[in-house]
Amino acid sequence: MNFFLQPLTLTTFFPLVGVLVLLFLKSEAKSAIRWTALVTSLVTFGISMWAFFMFDASNPDLQLKAQYNWITVAGWNIQYYLGMDGLSVLLVLLTTFLTPIAILSTWTAVEERVKDFMVFFLLLEVGMTGVFLAQDLFLFYIFWEFTLVPMYFLIGIWGGPRRIYAAIKFFLYTMAGSILMLLAILWLGINQGTFAVPDLIEMGGIPANIQIWLFLAFTMAFAIKVPMWPLHSWLPDAHVEAPTAGSVILAGVLLKMGTYGFLRFNIPLFPEAALQAAPWIALLAVIGIIYGAAVSFAQADVKKLVAYSSVSHLGFVMLGMFALNPLGIQGAILQMINHGLSTGALFLLVGMIYEQTHTRELKVYGGLWKIVPVYGSIMLIVSLSSMGLPGLNGFVGEFTILLGAFGSEAIGSPWFAGLAAIGVILAAVYMLYMFQKMFLGPAGSIVEEVKHHGQALRDLNLREIITMLPLLVFIFWIGLYPKPFFVLMAPAVDKLVAALNTAALAVR
Amino acid sequence: MIPVSYYLVLSGILFSMGVLGVLLRRNALVVFMSIELMLNAANLAFVAFARTFNQLDGQIFVFFVMTVAAAEVAVGLSLIVAIFRSRNTVNVDELSSLKG
Amino acid sequence: MLLSETTTSGLFFNLAPWIVFFPVIGLLLNIIIGGRLTEKGIGAIAAIASGLAFVVSALLAYSLYVTEGHGETVLVAEWIRIGTLALDWAFRVDTLSVTMMLVVSGVGTLIHIYAIGYMHEDVRFKNDVGRYRRFFVFLNLFIAAMMILVSGDNYLMLFVGWEGVGLSSFLLIGFWYDMDTLGRPSWANSNAAKKAFITNRVGDFGFLIAGFLMFWYMGSFQFDAVFAAAPEVAKAHPEIILAMTIFMLIGVAGKSAQIPLFIWLPDAMAGPTPVSALIHAATMVTAGVYLVTRSAPIYDLSYDAQYIVTTVGAATALFAALIAVGQYDIKRVLAYSTISQLGFMVAAVGMGAYVAGMFHLITHAFFKALLFLSAGSVILGLERGHHHMAHGHGGHDAHHDDHAEVFDPGDMRNMGGLRKTMPVTFWLYIIGTLALAGIIPFAGFWSKDEILLDASLHYPHVYWILTAAAFLTAFYMGRQIWMVFFGEARHEAAARAEESPALITVPLMALAALSVLGGALNLPFKGFHQLGHWLEHTLGKMELLGFDLGVAGLSTLFALAAIGVSWFIYGRNPLKVGQVDPLRKPLGFIFAGMERKFYIDEAYKFLILDRYDDLARFTADVIDWKFWHDWFHDTVIAGSFLWISRTFLTEYADQKGIDAFANGIGAFTKDVSTRLRTLQSGFVRSYALFVLVGVVAILGYLLLK
Repeated sequence: MNFFLQPLTLTTFFPLVGVLVLLFLKSEAKSAIRWTALVTSLVTFGISMWAFFMFDASNPDLQLKAQYNWITVAGWNIQYYLGMDGLSVLLVLLTTFLTPIAILSTWTAVEERVKDFMVFFLLLEVGMTGVFLAQDLFLFYIFWEFTLVPMYFLIGIWGGPRRIYAAIKFFLYTMAGSILMLLAILWLGINQGTFAVPDLIEMGGIPANIQIWLFLAFTMAFAIKVPMWPLHSWLPDAHVEAPTAGSVILAGVLLKMGTYGFLRFNIPLFPEAALQAAPWIALLAVIGIIYGAAVSFAQADVKKLVAYSSVSHLGFVMLGMFALNPLGIQGAILQMINHGLSTGALFLLVGMIYEQTHTRELKVYGGLWKIVPVYGSIMLIVSLSSMGLPGLNGFVGEFTILLGAFGSEAIGSPWFAGLAAIGVILAAVYMLYMFQKMFLGPAGSIVEEVKHHGQALRDLNLREIITMLPLLVFIFWIGLYPKPFFVLMAPAVDKLVAALNTAALAVR
Repeated sequence: MIPVSYYLVLSGILFSMGVLGVLLRRNALVVFMSIELMLNAANLAFVAFARTFNQLDGQIFVFFVMTVAAAEVAVGLSLIVAIFRSRNTVNVDELSSLKG
Repeated sequence: MLLSETTTSGLFFNLAPWIVFFPVIGLLLNIIIGGRLTEKGIGAIAAIASGLAFVVSALLAYSLYVTEGHGETVLVAEWIRIGTLALDWAFRVDTLSVTMMLVVSGVGTLIHIYAIGYMHEDVRFKNDVGRYRRFFVFLNLFIAAMMILVSGDNYLMLFVGWEGVGLSSFLLIGFWYDMDTLGRPSWANSNAAKKAFITNRVGDFGFLIAGFLMFWYMGSFQFDAVFAAAPEVAKAHPEIILAMTIFMLIGVAGKSAQIPLFIWLPDAMAGPTPVSALIHAATMVTAGVYLVTRSAPIYDLSYDAQYIVTTVGAATALFAALIAVGQYDIKRVLAYSTISQLGFMVAAVGMGAYVAGMFHLITHAFFKALLFLSAGSVILGLERGHHHMAHGHGGHDAHHDDHAEVFDPGDMRNMGGLRKTMPVTFWLYIIGTLALAGIIPFAGFWSKDEILLDASLHYPHVYWILTAAAFLTAFYMGRQIWMVFFGEARHEAAARAEESPALITVPLMALAALSVLGGALNLPFKGFHQLGHWLEHTLGKMELLGFDLGVAGLSTLFALAAIGVSWFIYGRNPLKVGQVDPLRKPLGFIFAGMERKFYIDEAYKFLILDRYDDLARFTADVIDWKFWHDWFHDTVIAGSFLWISRTFLTEYADQKGIDAFANGIGAFTKDVSTRLRTLQSGFVRSYALFVLVGVVAILGYLLLK
């Protein structure tokens, strides 16, 4: 097949077409720029759906492969190798799905340097899709680092008052972790003779004492990205300072790159090490769940509250993944999607009100439900989804994760899941606190203040409702009928777990 | 035959006059002419030695020196004219803009 | 699943999902087109949706009657399938679930009708007509969630309903979210709503843990599979069964307001009265009782679990009854009464007297809904009286919240003498009171007696606790009747109170009829026991107790005595304006405790809420921000990097080392050249002299060497 017409290559690189068109547009033609970016991202989503329809859910292996030799010098065997399987298919779709939504949310929020913004945004999409599709460690590393650059500029140029600090911190943290990963990648590539992940997995045979070090090196990179407690301190800064669309993508997709990394590389490449590390990672995850929930509750800034809630939610994902059983891992993958949808939606909603009020201080809000009922209702649904109300998406993920972790042999004790379940209570505490302080109670001072400036708070307009609608559809769909989503990942996860079980036998 | 020392003494006198002219006079034209004097003193010495040792090398050198001197005169004079046009003087003591 | 697909056998099991679909359709209709409808139209849609759910429930009951109790499970869709985890959206139709469906949709429909009239006035007193539609959307949402709860075929679907009703409860308690119960701008109502949700979540935590244990030891969430696996687990790991039931009890305590999680229910009275009646008295709070009854095969396996459940129930019954004596708010008395009665039910199901528990659940739904709705009618009556007062005095169109004086239409100290102004409500209230107090032949008598009889046979200490609670029940209800309806009006609003319209009183009459006749469901005589036989199809063979004259006589005697005592204290000398409660003096600090709910809220606030608040703030501000974010990151990581790069490398190594060396060379060169430059005078002749000197020197050297 022609190199450029392969579905995965096209999905990954199509946004570059948009970038090319954007370069020829005048920066004053903001509307044309926005439409170009939106259409590009929508077409990319369409292409990814095309790839999705060609994807065979019953096959546990990599599919739609695009594999070419790329750099083969001095015994190095680096390939251009894209592929999709049950572990990544949903994340790819999440990426291509969230990008147009995020672009749509910038319609009125980004007024300065629109062209640059959109160029960076589309470049970011290329990087993210590439991360989820790359099957060659070297290629993966390139995409992984590549996502940093556009995000750095998105935060650093269009961010809040402390954007430079946040952007640099974001960049450096991720970089610092990646360096160790690069070393591990090089070790693997040189010693095993290939960078292709499926080949490496098949080869196996890395001694257990070396596995641990490689595992730790990869863990550093991914744990910072997730972020796992206690490596999360870049997250609140980056989230708070990033523009709304940036936060959406950051929470929705970039954090998933970390958890996905664990799933794609750490666990299958170093199964023995993963089994050994499981209780420790579970411990950090549980601490993160409780800690994130408690810290969220104490925030005075809405966006920060949502940002810290990510620490808690991603803790659930990590806990489920390192349960290392089908329940936990499938729950973790679904929870990645759920978190992308609900936290993405929360950031969008916070951004929508911020556009009008220019403040995120909880204490100035209050009683908004009466003034902006549609906005309030959507916020309620999304908050409930985030705190895991049954019938909405969050519950399905959290429940399967906790259920899996509770009986996990790898973690070895039900106490972890039991403690993590307290996080479910605490999630209700901070989410309801946020909802109450914003929407219930008597009208807050912001209402008067906005009036004072000669306007009134308006409810969501059509564009904003269109932005939210797809998210809401999935929030309900996954909550009520998650089966199709589980079906997609089941064979791949089963294969992974089977490999782990073999490894577990070898360990004992 | 006149001994070579006579020529050399004359050449030395001419050269010393040139040197003194360069060192003592302020008019650039005169300095210039003094330089020519020194060149010709050297030419004289060359020719004298060539005759004494019956070799043509010295004579050839003199031709070189004369051509170089001619070229030098052309360039030097035009420089002096240009300096005079811009500064209205050819007094070398006043032309000290290259002072460190 | 469509209506036309009804089975040809004349049975209606396939209709089961519609008990959920109808309310959902109702709420969607109201969301989408409700804005264009009148209030009557909105109310009608909601009430019809609930009514249709009742019709379906009745058809299901009929089908069960035909099949002699052989239920069916209706699969709608597969929900989650991972490995051995198989969860379905499946509706279980058996005698237990259908009984609950009938209660929920039956009482629910009556309350929907009542709410059409009630909310019409309520939204006007509270000045926000726009919220009318929202109320019915939430009410239908509740019915849908409650139906899922009672009809689910597995524990997880039950849990969906369980949290769904919690959500509806949150939304409805916080319905007037921008004010307090008196209509002043405040956070009070929304706080009450939040409290209810979070307390319930604590219970849900217990439920979840019980669920995890269930899955890993019994391998399923499906009722039949769990019950089939339970005996073996009980043999192998009895402690697992105990842990599971205890964690489940935490869930029950949350939802059914038992010790120690009952604190949310009194505050839940912030919701409009129909909500208090439907959710916080008749249906949702009984979900815990339903859960234990549903899990009967598991509870039966552990005596310890049963003992604990029974004790918690009995303790709650007595404790809440004590608090109810010291309350002044008409709805709060009923709220504590509800907690107390729920204690009766939990104690009953804990003893294994599932039929008695369910029986009391049903009759309680009737008479407590009646009492609450009548209380709502009283409150509306006082609001109307207060409204007239305002117009009578001011002469102009003054609005009620323009007054400086805050009038609490729910405070019994503002009432008195209402039997003359609101006669219909008065008689309805009397019926409800007698049923609750357990006076023969009202419904409450039969059901409460069955519980007491069971207790007297198996748990004597529980019997005495419950009897004491029953005595207090009759007493505080008597106190309420005397304070509200007898004596003289203690507030002008009470004097001008007005009877409610038929839309409100007619549903009450229906409930009153049920409160009178409800006992007939399960008369304790040979040949009756209808409810017992009906539930036996689901719960297995039961011990069906007869009528014990001793227990019944004693409890009736106690109830009458309690009413007599209440007359002696409150009826003989009616309360005057501003007079303190006559019980305060003789009981002293005990009464103060009753008034302040024995400081439970304060204790929780001090012990848990404030501590969590402190902990969260400490974690966020000190640990996360100051220590982790600022100190660790900014000082340790960034700071040490900056120190290394800026201070050490730049200043010492680079500037004072390498730079200093390079600079030194530069400085030296500069110094030398400064001196040398003086040689360059610009005088051609001096240059010429140097040349001469140089030539002479070189020549001299060459000559002299």
